[in-house]
Order: sequence, then structure tokens, then C-alpha cells
Amino acid sequence: MTYDVAVIGAGVVGALTARELSKYELRICILEKGADVASGSSKANSAIVHAGYDPLPGTLKARFNVKGNEMFERLSQELEVPFKRIGSLVLAFNEADMEVLQKLYERGAENGVPGLEILRGYEDTARIEPNVSTDVAGALYAPSAAITCPYELTYAAVENAAANRAEIMLETEVAGISYEDDLFKITTSQGDISSRFIVNAAGVFSDNAAAMIGDNSFEIKPRKGEYLLLDKSQGDMARTIVFQTPSTTSKGILVTPTVDGNLLMGPTSTDTSDREDLSTAISELQKVINGALRSVPGINLKQVITSFTGLRATPDTSDFIVSPSPVNKKFIHAAGIESPGLTAAPAIAEYVAGLLKDAGLELVQRKDFNPVRKSIVRFNDASDGKKAELIGGNRQYGRVICRCELVTEAEIVEAIRRPAGARTVDAVKRRTRAGMGRCQGGFCAPRIVEILSRELGVPAESIRKTDGSSMLLTGRTKEAL
Amino acid sequence: MREADIVIIGGGPAGMAAAIEASKNGNKNIVLLERDRTLGGILQQCVHNGFGLHLFGEELTGPEYAERFIRQINELDIDVKLDTMVFDISKDKVVTAVNSEDGLIKLKARSIVLSTGCRERTRGALNIPGTRPAGIYTAGTAQRFVNMEGYMPGRKVVILGSGDIGLIMARRMTLEGAEVKMVCELMPYSGGLKRNIVQCLDDYNIPLKLSHTVVEIHGRERLEGVTVAKADEQGRPVDGTYEYVECDTLLLSVGLIPENELIGALPIEMDGTTSGPVVDESAQTSCEGIFACGNSVYVHDLVDYVTLEGYKAGKCAAEYVASLSSGSNAGSDVPVAGVGAKGTTAAEPKDMIRIKSGHGIRSVVPQQVHRECREDVRLFFRVGGIYHNAAFAVDSGDKTLHSVKRRIVTPGEMESIILTADMISKIKGDTVILSMPAGQEKGGEVNE
Ligand SMILES: Cc1cc2nc3c(=O)[nH]c(=O)nc-3n(C[C@H](O)[C@H](O)[C@H](O)COP(=O)(O)OP(=O)(O)OC[C@H]3O[C@@H](n4cnc5c(N)ncnc54)[C@H](O)[C@@H]3O)c2cc1C
Ligand SMILES: Cc1cc2nc3c(=O)[nH]c(=O)nc-3n(C[C@H](O)[C@H](O)[C@H](O)COP(=O)(O)OP(=O)(O)OC[C@H]3O[C@@H](n4cnc5c(N)ncnc54)[C@H](O)[C@@H]3O)c2cc1C
Repeated sequence: MTYDVAVIGAGVVGALTARELSKYELRICILEKGADVASGSSKANSAIVHAGYDPLPGTLKARFNVKGNEMFERLSQELEVPFKRIGSLVLAFNEADMEVLQKLYERGAENGVPGLEILRGYEDTARIEPNVSTDVAGALYAPSAAITCPYELTYAAVENAAANRAEIMLETEVAGISYEDDLFKITTSQGDISSRFIVNAAGVFSDNAAAMIGDNSFEIKPRKGEYLLLDKSQGDMARTIVFQTPSTTSKGILVTPTVDGNLLMGPTSTDTSDREDLSTAISELQKVINGALRSVPGINLKQVITSFTGLRATPDTSDFIVSPSPVNKKFIHAAGIESPGLTAAPAIAEYVAGLLKDAGLELVQRKDFNPVRKSIVRFNDASDGKKAELIGGNRQYGRVICRCELVTEAEIVEAIRRPAGARTVDAVKRRTRAGMGRCQGGFCAPRIVEILSRELGVPAESIRKTDGSSMLLTGRTKEAL
Repeated sequence: MREADIVIIGGGPAGMAAAIEASKNGNKNIVLLERDRTLGGILQQCVHNGFGLHLFGEELTGPEYAERFIRQINELDIDVKLDTMVFDISKDKVVTAVNSEDGLIKLKARSIVLSTGCRERTRGALNIPGTRPAGIYTAGTAQRFVNMEGYMPGRKVVILGSGDIGLIMARRMTLEGAEVKMVCELMPYSGGLKRNIVQCLDDYNIPLKLSHTVVEIHGRERLEGVTVAKADEQGRPVDGTYEYVECDTLLLSVGLIPENELIGALPIEMDGTTSGPVVDESAQTSCEGIFACGNSVYVHDLVDYVTLEGYKAGKCAAEYVASLSSGSNAGSDVPVAGVGAKGTTAAEPKDMIRIKSGHGIRSVVPQQVHRECREDVRLFFRVGGIYHNAAFAVDSGDKTLHSVKRRIVTPGEMESIILTADMISKIKGDTVILSMPAGQEKGGEVNE
């Protein structure tokens, strides 16, 4: 099987790139080593669609950030992904901070960020963000900043790409690449694939992927960011995204509501040499707490539900690497996509399509391209009338599996059956919220294992939490043998 | 919309008892709603002996105990809806539920009994730093896997928290061939029953490490080990006491919490200590016609008391409904406050005596009794520490109504004291306080 384009990595960048390419008459495959899409940076980040005053003018970051932010409005509608333009504040705590804000304001204006405004004093700031600390000296307000759900966006993009005939291969790790007769031969954990072009969207591993064709032009130096997630009871402690003025030593801790109504605070920033290190540490979480309370002192820490870590694919070049490889023009990098990569992803995807065209790929519009993807209907959000109608059409809507978030069997089955559907308990959780509530899966985990086992036609013992051998069960009990 | 006299939410021992007693008290329009596939609640996953000693004088397994009540429910021909999840109760007592047969169900109730049980705490425990591998479960989830689904959640086990489910699972996993390395308890005392410590840990040489906690989780895909450390009085890990323990499973047994999400917007007063609603001696909440019993009010150790409480709630609900029909406005759904048999109607605050927890007492239930109550009332309470030769007193103003002594009390064990009708009639003010007179020394471990 020969593809026109093979995309390495089903993070938000790879997924949106595949979706962009699926607008054209092309044979596309996405190769993802994880058991689920969005298993890298795209599953654990701040979920913010940045306004764009942060990156230095003239960089790819600045360009794709502002463009990406603009594109989100339509994209989120087409793909039915949560998107809320709630605006952001960068808090200043003293006059030195206010000077930095002034610079950010000017930078933002140069980058083309709309609506920026500098608020002076606590009162003006508190009018927008009532729970903010009284120590605040002022803030930079960016009304175009927004929040979204990064993994939902990635799922949506992959599903839509698949609906437009792209192929997605999970648990398919690219191990080596050779180039002969104008074709890449890609060796994967599931066998060989050939493709005319490759897009490298391998996140923290994008330098490894580059090295497979002998391209050592950049290196990824991963940086960890740790977070705390709080219960919905704390969700309205922040109405906007609340940043702190960056200093030379720290970018500060942010506090933001999530699209699901929880409160998120973080991230820290520490270098790591381990590209799979998603552990959290007390000392880091303490930094998150201290930072968050500095901005919003009233947060109730008893309401912490969980902590998690995301890994940034920080390149040693300081800017995104979105260009053909110097080694082979048909190998396009979308690499080193650290923050604001989520925001930039739609713009990067469009740009990558252009780079492929420049490299000789013919882009012929597909007449039957369907830009619309529907999200899984959430029983919990439906009106009573709609609920009754849903159950009338499918009895599985009448069977509640996750009691805390009121997720029904129908939603879970759909999450499994969709293209690139859920195979693991965490994949079900991220797609449906089953297990994300108060009891954190205590009750529903056994039933989700049962449904996965039934739908996938595999024994319950082989059902995993996430990747690799993360099996939940170790065997049958004695009596059952 | 279908109308029902009494809608009972939750078919565990509390809800089943309420249904039976309401029916025996003459009400024939009862609906019992249960989200699980069977009645019995938590009992169905407790295959160990130890249920019913007080009520039946014999030791039954959980399912055996449940079966006795399920049989009665069937004999009384009570309308039971299984696989039915209630997700809303409106202020005018419309109960909304779903199941796959009837779809969306709306029931207009004249009276409601909340018997939704409790759930396991996870918050905090899931905050342990480190990785997020497979192999971390609450003890109850593990119990469900082993006892109901026939699967082993792991082979080498560390248990965090010494709640009863954790203790019982320590034994269960051992009997299933797993190696249970230790039970770590943050507090200097166990949260479980003494009997369970002896029968589930000591008998199997499983160490109980008091004042110890898990400080880090290791392993990427499946759990590979945990770091355990001694904790100081504030619960902080003590340097130099860190120990790596290899294991593939961590069970959390860090307590139970009444399940009361349904109360949501209802004007029902809650007790911050028990996390359940405030109830009176007739199991009625502060919302007229809404009763609550069992683990949804406070976490019980023994099912026998849950059943007795369920009986009371069912009986009082039936009396309440009868009082509505026999009242001056018979047939109307609008009850008249103060009209009602045997004090089952929610009273004005001035007709109520508040029972408060004083020194040494963590919580007490019921939290209030009617002034005109003419029955003895058993007050259930938990203490805040371990005490030897402890004295308890119920005081009204500067008068002591009643006092008792116990040889040993621990937070893991529910205690009770009876307020007689006579004592209640002597109460002058609007509060009484249950406390341990000051000066009693907290003891250390319970080693006898
Ligand atoms: C802590 C943190 C906070 C952030 N906050 C924000 C924010 O608020 N706003 C914002 O705009 N951006 C934010 N970002 C940045 C954003 O998350 C990333 O830019 C974005 O997710 C990158 O997507 P990606 O597709 O490039 O990488 P990933 O999501 O990492 O995807 C790469 C994929 O490639 C796969 N892969 C790797 N190697 C191979 C191989 N050999 N074979 C097959 N598959 C392979 C991986 O499994 C992975 O799924 C944040 C990042 C972090 C870490
Ligand atoms: C592991 C363990 C071991 C125990 N061991 C003993 C022992 O040895 N001896 C002893 O005497 N006692 C023991 N107990 C205590 C005793 O079993 C419990 O206190 C008792 O079962 C509580 O009964 P309940 O009816 O209040 O709650 P549950 O048994 O929890 O029942 C509540 C029911 O309500 C249902 N429900 C909840 N919400 C809804 C909703 N929204 N819609 C519909 N249905 C709903 C639930 O599905 C459940 O069936 C033990 C308890 C546990 C947890």
C-alpha cells in the first residue's frame, strides 16, 4: 500500500494536518504509536487558545498563534468542539510588572492581536475578574483569548479526517525510514508502509523522527509542566484565564476555568531528559499552589481532584520548526511545537499543506469533502424531552454507567465504535467523561472494562488503562478458574 | 405523570427496610428505585460473614442478608424498578429517573425516602505524587472485581487506609493467592472495626502500619511500587523513614462518604461533619415529607442498624402520607405543617431540640428530636480519638440528663446512647450537648 502522505503522530498538529489534507484527493495515513490519539502533549496542557501577545514578532509562533486563534471560531463549529472566548488577563503585582505589560501590549499590537487593553489598579481588574488578589496593580486584558478541549479537538480532527477517507493506525510506532525510488519506506511496529511524503508531527519525539532520515538539524529538550485540577465547585473562581507577568525566571502560574467547568492551575516548568516522564512531585505541586493563590487567594484547595503532568516539545531553535527537512524536501517538519502549539495547530496544518504543494504534491480539491463532525451526544446535557427521545431510539441511553457524570452505555459504545475509537479505559474517559467525576471511576471502571471487552471482542484481562501493558486485571479469581 | 405515595431511592438494606415497613403500615403505592441490576446495595459484594448478628442472631453473608429482605419485598408485591438511575428530585417532589425499559420516568411523590448509601472517598488519595499507572483502585472497586466479576485486580498489594473495606479486601486478596504486603494508615489508629483488624490482618500476619502513608507512586504502565513513609502528627512524611515497597496494586480505603448529590437544590439542611442530611428521630430531613436512612445519612458499621433505621423511615413515611390524606385538606398535596401522626411532620424549629457534638465527639445522629417525642431515642455517635475508660454525658443547660462509661472507644467504632422519652420531656432549652467531660486522656494504640 502506497500513501501520498504519511503523518507521524496523532497529536493535535498531526490530526489537524491530516484533516486539512483530507480536503484533497490524497491517500493519507496517520501513524500513532500510542493506544489512543492525543497521547502526547495534546492530552495534557493548559487548553488555552492564546491571544498572541507573547511570541516575538516575526517568528512562526507569532504568525501561527494569531492566525490559529482566528481560525478556531469556525473550526470549533465544524468539528463541534467546545470553545469559549472568555478572554485572558496578565496580572501585574508592581510597577516593574506594569512596564512588562506595556511591552507585551506593544508586542501584541505588532503581532496583530485584537482588542488588547491595559487595566490599571485593582478595581478595574476586579471588574473583569472579581476573585483576583487585592495586591494586583493592573492587568493586560486580551478579549480574544479562549479555552477549548485539546484532546476533544484532536479526536474530532481524526474522526473528521477518517470520515474523509484518511486512515488512522494506532499502536503503530515508526521505527525507521528509508528513501528509495522517490518513496519513503517506513518501518513500523505493525509492518512496512510506503509513502511519497511524510509529515513529522511526532511532538517530543520529532527530533528522533527527523534523525531517521539523517536529519539532525534540531534537538528537542523536553520540559515538564505540572498541574492541579479542582472540582467544579471551584470552577467560577476564575472567569477569565488569569496569567501572571512573566519574569526572567518564571512564566508564572495560570488559573483558568476549563470548558467542563472545573478549575485548572499550573503549569510549572522543569527540564527533563526523560521523554516519557509524566510523574508529579510534591515540590512542583507546591509551586502551583503558591502561584495560583497569589493570583486568586480564595481557591479552596480541599477541592483538588487530581494532579497531572504535560511534556513540552521545546526545540533548541527557540521557534516552531515548520519547514521541509534540509535532508529531504518531501519530509516536512511540524516539529518542536511547544506552546502556543494548540492555538497554532490549525494554522500550522494549513501551512504544511502549502509546503507539501511546494514540494510537488498535487492538491486537488475533493468534491465530497465533508467538514462537519458531530460530537457524541451527551445524555447529561440533553433536555428531558431529548433524553426520552434518545432512550426511545436506543435503549442503551437508559443505562447509566458513570453515575457521577451521568454517562450512559450508548455514549461509551459510540466512543468505542467511532473511527480511531476508544480501546482503553482512559480513552473512554476522555471521550465521554465516564470516570472523571467525584468517584474517579470507582464505580464505573468494572463496567467500562466489561463494555470494552464485549465491544472489542477481547478478554477483560487484556483491557488496559492506557498504553503498553497497563492492564487493569491480572487474571481470574480462583473460583472462576 | 404517575403519582406515588412513597418513592424510595436506593434499594440497599436501608431502602428495602423502608419499603417493607411502609407497606406493612398499610401503604400500597410505593415505588422502590435502584440503579443496580439487583437489590441489596453494597451487601451484594460482601461475601464475607458478619451480617445480621443483632437482628437475626446469626452471622450471614451480605447476599444472604439481602436475600431475606428481597423475599419480603416480593411477597409484599412492592413495585421495584431495577437498573433505574434517579438523577433529579424537584422541590415539589417530582423524582426523575431513567432506565432502558421505561425511558425517562417522572414520579410525583407525596413522600420520598433517600437511601442512596455512600461512596468511597478518593479525593486526596489520588493526589499522591508520582506516576498514574494502572493498578490503583478503591478497595470497593477491587471488591466488586473479585466478588462479583471474578477477576483479580492484582497480585502484590499495598493497602492505603484501614477502613473496613480495605481490611476485608486484605483478607480476600490473600485468600485468592495475592500477597498483601501491608496496610498503611495515616492516623495513629485504625478507621476500621477491631474485629476486622484481628480477623483480616492479624490472622494472616499482614502488618498494619499506623502513622504511615504512601508518598510516591512508581511505574509507567502498571504500578511497580510505592514509597511509604512514617507520618508526623500533622500527617507530613518524616525524613529518613522512606521505604520503597514493590507492588502491582494499591488499594485505597480512605473512608466513605454519604452519597447525597440528589439533594442538590432541595432545601434540606446538611450536617458538615457527617456529609449527610440533618435528620430527626423519625428519620425526617428538614424538608417535610423527605426522609433519609442508612449510609446516606452517616456511615454505619453494622447493617443491623441500617435496617432498623430503614424500618423507621418507612413507617414514618407511611404515617406522614396517611396524615396528609386524613388531614383537613384530604386529597390535597399541600400538607399543613404541624398536622401529622406521632410527630412525623417537619416541625417549626422551636418544636425541635438540637443535639450537638461537644468535646471529644465528632458527630451525632439524629441531630434533632421533637420536643413532644414520646419514645426513647438512640443517639449514634463517633468519637474523635482513642480513649480508655471514657465517660460521656448528655447535658441540657447545666443539668446532666444522662451519662455512660465505656472501657474503650475508637473513631472506627460507632457508639450509641439512649435518650429516654422521660429525659426528653425534661429538656428545657432548645439544645442538648453530647460530650466527653474534659480532662480525659487520649490513649495510644488499641492493644489488648
Ligand atoms: C504543560 C503544557 C502546557 C501547554 N499549554 C498550551 C496552551 O495553553 N495553549 C497552547 O496553544 N498550547 C499549549 N501547549 C502546547 C501544546 O500542547 C502543544 O503544542 C501541542 O499539543 C503539540 O501537539 P503535537 O501534535 O505537535 O504533539 P503531541 O500531542 O505530543 O503529538 C505527538 C504524537 O506523536 C506520537 N509519536 C511520537 N513518536 C512517534 C513515532 N515514532 N511513531 C508514531 N507516533 C509517534 C506521539 O505518541 C504523540 O501522540 C502546552 C504544552 C504543554 C506541555
Ligand atoms: C465492605 C463493607 C463491609 C461491611 N461489612 C459489614 C459487616 O460485616 N457487618 C455489618 O453488619 N455491616 C457491614 N457493613 C455495613 C453495611 O453493609 C452498610 O452500612 C449497609 O449496607 C448500608 O446500607 P444502605 O442501604 O444505606 O446503603 P447501600 O447498601 O450502599 O445501598 C444504597 C443503594 O442505593 C442505590 N442508589 C444510590 N443512588 C441511587 C440513585 N441515584 N438512583 C437509584 N439508586 C441509587 C445504590 O445502587 C445502592 O444499591 C459493611 C459495609 C461495607 C461497605
